[in-house]
Amino acid sequence: MMPSGLRRIGIALACIGSFLTTPVFAEYADVVLNRMAEKEGMRPVIFPHWFHRIRFRCKVCHAELGFKMRAGSNLVTMGDIIDGKFCGACHNGNIAWAPENCDLCHSGKPGLPPGIFGGHDTNGPGRW
Amino acid sequence: MLGFTRTRLLLIAASLTASLCWAASGWAPLADDGLHDPNGPGIRLLQQPGDALSNLPGDTAGNNVHWIPALQKGVIVPREKIGKDTPVRRYDRDVFLNLYGSMPAVRFPHKPHTEWLDCSNCHDQLFKPKAGANQISMFVILQGQQCGVCHGAVAFPLTECRRCHSVANDLAQRLAAEQAIADAQPDAHARLEQMRREASVPLLPSPKGTP
Repeated sequence: MMPSGLRRIGIALACIGSFLTTPVFAEYADVVLNRMAEKEGMRPVIFPHWFHRIRFRCKVCHAELGFKMRAGSNLVTMGDIIDGKFCGACHNGNIAWAPENCDLCHSGKPGLPPGIFGGHDTNGPGRW
Repeated sequence: MLGFTRTRLLLIAASLTASLCWAASGWAPLADDGLHDPNGPGIRLLQQPGDALSNLPGDTAGNNVHWIPALQKGVIVPREKIGKDTPVRRYDRDVFLNLYGSMPAVRFPHKPHTEWLDCSNCHDQLFKPKAGANQISMFVILQGQQCGVCHGAVAFPLTECRRCHSVANDLAQRLAAEQAIADAQPDAHARLEQMRREASVPLLPSPKGTP
């Protein structure tokens, strides 16, 4: 029989542990693109808003490049990117790394569902 | 039995300490964020959120970054356009909403919004550019519509009530009334028309063609 103090600590730790290990600690507004990636044999794409926001204003992608502001409403293909559309407007070897650096974008865990994730207070639009 | 339990507890405690360290700092390493594949070949090359974000003005929600001062103080200098002919449109006018509600009134500042966004991101699909023409509702916002397209997804989340509901109702009523008086001045209409003309300049197609 465990001393009751130890047992209490154990239970507390187990509670905290299950709380800490189950949620996803994605950075706020990380987007997973995986409608096509895994079907094509690649890891899902993780798009970090925070990384891009330091370098570009929202309007560059969401007004100039035509990304709609709703997860799931932009079907991005590698063909488009190589043609200079969507991500390819910058990921062309001039402004940002070129599309042949597959693993830098296709860096997600296999099996991730597409969508927007948030590590802090919300899970994104419609799922608050 | 007891020894085994103690060892197990120590192991749990050690792993918890490690988790708590970054949980407290606010930014998980990419390998632990539940999205990135820790065994992927790219993981070592990617910038870690903590490395980039810990240098920016802090906040308590979202990315734990206060993005507006980060931009306004020049801590970050994000590009405003890709195409050299793309117009950059700014607008500085506060809009007061919810003047008679049970919460303090909402001050919507165009200035910081247009520093990040283009007019076309909100107008006219999300909001008609006319005072009183929009039925804005927290219920709809919480569903990810209207303000909730960004707030709750990428801009500061909807837990931060007082950042929008920030002006006492009586003050907001006065300010809105002053705006209405200013708008009724002889040249106000011309100025508004000029602003609308500028704002309705269509975006030039991006060099490679917009999808």
